[in-house]
Order: sequence, then C-alpha cells, then structure tokens
Amino acid sequence: MIEMQDVYKTYPNGVVALNGINVRIKQGEFVYVVGPSGAGKSTFIKMMYREEKPTSGNIMVNGVNLAKLKDSKVPLLRRHIGVVFQDFKLLPKLNVYENVAFALEVIEESPKVIRKKVMEVLDLVGLKHKIRSYPNELSGGEQQRVSIARSIVNSPKIVIADEPTGNLDPETSWGIVELFEKINDRGTTIVMATHNKEIVNATRRRVIAIENGKIVRDEAKGEYGYDASYV
Amino acid sequence: MTLHTFKRHVRESIKSLGRNGWMTFASASAVTVTLLLVGVFFAVMFNINHFAQKVENDVEIRVHIELTADSRQKDALRRRIEAIPNVKEVRYSSKDEELKRLIKSMGDEGSSFRLFEQDNPLSDVYVVKAAHPQDTVKIAKQIETLPFVHKVNYGQGTVEKLFDALKVARNVGLVLILGLLFTAMFLISNTIKITIFARRREIEIMRLVGATNGFIRWPFFLEGLWLGLLGALFPIAALSIVYYNVYEVYEQRVSLPFFELLPFSPFMWQLSGLLLAIGAGIGIWGSVMSVRKFLKV
Ligand SMILES: Nc1ncnc2c1ncn2[C@@H]1O[C@H](COP(=O)(O)OP(=O)(O)OP(=O)(O)O)[C@@H](O)[C@H]1O
Ligand SMILES: [Mg+2]
Repeated sequence: MIEMQDVYKTYPNGVVALNGINVRIKQGEFVYVVGPSGAGKSTFIKMMYREEKPTSGNIMVNGVNLAKLKDSKVPLLRRHIGVVFQDFKLLPKLNVYENVAFALEVIEESPKVIRKKVMEVLDLVGLKHKIRSYPNELSGGEQQRVSIARSIVNSPKIVIADEPTGNLDPETSWGIVELFEKINDRGTTIVMATHNKEIVNATRRRVIAIENGKIVRDEAKGEYGYDASYV
Repeated sequence: MTLHTFKRHVRESIKSLGRNGWMTFASASAVTVTLLLVGVFFAVMFNINHFAQKVENDVEIRVHIELTADSRQKDALRRRIEAIPNVKEVRYSSKDEELKRLIKSMGDEGSSFRLFEQDNPLSDVYVVKAAHPQDTVKIAKQIETLPFVHKVNYGQGTVEKLFDALKVARNVGLVLILGLLFTAMFLISNTIKITIFARRREIEIMRLVGATNGFIRWPFFLEGLWLGLLGALFPIAALSIVYYNVYEVYEQRVSLPFFELLPFSPFMWQLSGLLLAIGAGIGIWGSVMSVRKFLKV
C-alpha cells in the first residue's frame, strides 16, 4: 500500500514540483498518473521509490515512512519495488538473461534460485527464446519487456512505471500494457505515469491527474481527460 | 558477503577490464610509467642509502690520550666520555694495537714502521662511536674539552661534507618520489573517473534494483587493484633485468672498494614487493575515490 500525506517537494533550484499531495493507493490497484508536461508526475513517482525525498509530508510504502527512511535503508526498499522507465535502462553489454539476473545478483540470491526465477519471468514476458540476445539486437518493445522482467523478478508488491510506452509505437505499447495487466492480475500494484490517451481511455482504470503539483482529479474508472496525446 | 557474491565481484571486475579495453590499457599504462620512474628512483635511493649507512657506521672518533695520563686518569676520562649523551660505544686501543693497525693498513710499505716497535711514538686511543652518526661532530667537540685528551680525530671536514651531501640526496629523492606518486594518483583517478563516467548508467541501475553501496563499490575496488597490479608487472620485469645486469657488470668489471651495490637478492624482491604494493595502493585509491561521488543517495 502507498499513502501520501501533505507531500510537498521543492527542488534545490526553487521549482515547486509537488504542492500538497494526499493520496492512497491500495494493494493490487492499477493506477494511471496523467497530466501536462512538467506537472510533477515523475516527481510524484520518484517519491515512491525514494529517488527524491519530500520537502515535507509523509509517504508510507509497505508500512515504511520514506520521509524518515535512512539512506542506508534505501536499497532494501528498492528490493520490494520494481521500477520501469521510458528508456528501458538496460545494460548494453549484458545479454537478456544477464540483465534480468542482475537484479537478483545484487541482492545475493543463490545461482540456482536466480536461474529458476529469471527463466520464469522471461517466460512470462515472452522472451524465453531470446535469452542470449543483447539489447541492441532487440526491438524497443522487446527491450521494454526485458526491463519489466527485471522489475518483477524479485516478486515486488509494487511496480512503478514512468512513461513505459513513451518510446514505443501504438501497437507495441498495447503489448506492454497487456503485460502490466497480467502482472496486476497476480496482485501486484501498478502505478504508471503516461501520456497515452488511447490506452487510458480504453482500459478504464483509476486515473490520477496532476497539474502544477496538485491532484486535480482522481477517478476510479477515469479517462485521460486531455485533448492531444502529448500535452 | 556470500562466496557466490565474492566470486561474482571478482568475475565482474575482470570482465570489466576486458570490456573497458583501452581504458584499462590507459590506466595500467599510467601505473606502469609511474612505477618505472619510482622504481628507478627507489633503486638509486636505496643504494645511496646503503652506501651512506655504511659510511656513517664507519665514522668513529679517535681520542688520543695524553702520554702522561696514568691508568686512573684514563679510567676517569673513559667514564666522562661515556657520560656524554648519544655515545654508543667506547673502545680502548693501546698504542701497540694502534701501531699494528697502522702497519697493517700500510701494506707492504708498513714493514718500515716495524722500527718503531721498540720505541712506540703513538698514543693510546679511545675509539668512540656515536649512537647516531650525525652526532659525531658534536660529540667530538665535547671530548676535545676534556682533560688528558691530546687530540681528537674524526676526519674533520670530510665527514661534515659527506653528511650534508647525503642529507641533500635523500631529501631530493624523497621529494621526487612523492611528486611522482601524486602525479600518478591524479592520472589514475582521472582515467578511472572517465571509465566510471561511462559506467554511471550501470551504477544507476544497480541502485535502482537495490544494490547496497558496498556491493556497488566492490567490483570497482577490485578493478583498481587489478589495474595497479597489472601496471606493476612491466616495471618489475624491466627493473629486475636491468638491475641484474648492472649488478653483474659492476661487481665483475668496476667494483670500487668503498662502494658496493645491494645484491640482487633480496633487494630486487623487496623492491618488487614495494612496487606491487604501491601499484595496488594507487589503483585502489584511484577507483575508490572516483566511485565515491556516484554513491550519494
Ligand atoms: N531534479 C530536478 N531539479 C530541479 N527541478 C526539477 C527536477 N526534476 C524536475 N524538476 C522540475 O519539476 C517540475 C516537475 O517535473 P516532473 O519531471 O515531475 O514533470 P512531469 O510531469 O514528469 O513532466 P513530463 O510529462 O514532461 O515527464 C518541472 O518544472 C521540472 O522542471
Ligand atoms: Mg516525467
């Protein structure tokens, strides 16, 4: 579960990115975060995995207050949260298998467990046949699948994605969203910032709209609500 | 840390040397050039030091005792010399022993001094050694003022000049070596910084998936270690070969009596160990320093 209470964020350069956020996301929900460019969506998401600290307010994730979390405990938090980005963040010199295994090596899993779990998730994302390929030999959609596989290989309770379809064509984007729905069906919370109007309108999930650092709309089966796909 | 993890760090650090190909080459080369220079300096310095120590240890004060002194007065003089601070040892040498020494030191011509054996004109002598050779002059000056001292001999002038020259040589050598080491560290940390800059993505991803700072640091630490050791190999080989040949030629062809080179073994082993340690040290230092700023949360 994720809960924010009166969260404010002012960057060192004086930009107020979050201006009083109160929100509650239950375990197993699928949430889209929408809003114009520069509204604070990425900042909102960064709060959840402690990439940024709030200037004031509390953020509870899985029962831990991130506002008070010590720096040295951040790695432990990250092991329970999967993160996916627009630019995939794969290591170009590791192949598909190694890129996914990386997340388990880092937490010192045994090689046997690593093998089993990596093969499981690669099967889930449909890339079992490409385990020896390198990122530059894969399409954008395939790279994003690898990145998603890496984010869930730890079986986290929450997966956070910041514009995961931003670099992908519409058809490939659909494949990625379907994958997220599959992961959500297993009980994992999904929080996804997006500019993709078609997908938000078609899937009808909870939509949180942010403008100028404030939540201006929060609907259970919401719509994208902005005209162009890229605002 | 589990054994698997440690093996992973070792594996990763070695793979990374290969992946960063020419950067590895550049960093190791920086270590190589530095250690080559440092190694040559060390070889020269240690030999000078060895020579200096030998000379210093040979320096002694010969206190000639007045012929009129009786044995009680001689004893009193001995006690007063021994009471001077930093005097290490006082040895008595009778005038007969002194004559024998003289005859011996003259070699073939010495036999003409045999005539004096009947009526020895030399004086009895106290041979005094200072605890620290540098104190020789000071001690000699003090002994000169004591009663029943006829003459004090310690190679006046020469000793002072020698000590001054050795001091300068040592200090210059030390400054040069320190300067070189700093240049090397700067070079290496810069090269590794570039490597790490290229790898900040890797560090970023490690942190995203929950790696602790210690975990992230390990492969870099090991990589620095390998770089340093790798860079030390060539200087060690080159210096060993050169020193071996110089030593052989010097011993067989030149060989001056007052100057001897440190023998190849164990000196070259010690120098190699020292170079390996310095290489490892600057390698690790360079990589740990450059990875530090990427680990801020
Ligand atoms: N590290 C930072 N330092 C200073 N200002 C920042 C930083 N990150 C973001 N900002 C500013 O904070 C505001 C919110 O940025 P944020 O990235 O959260 O917007 P966003 O909603 O994700 O936009 P987009 O849809 O374009 O990704 C912007 O004005 C941005 O310029
Ligand atoms: Mg953003």
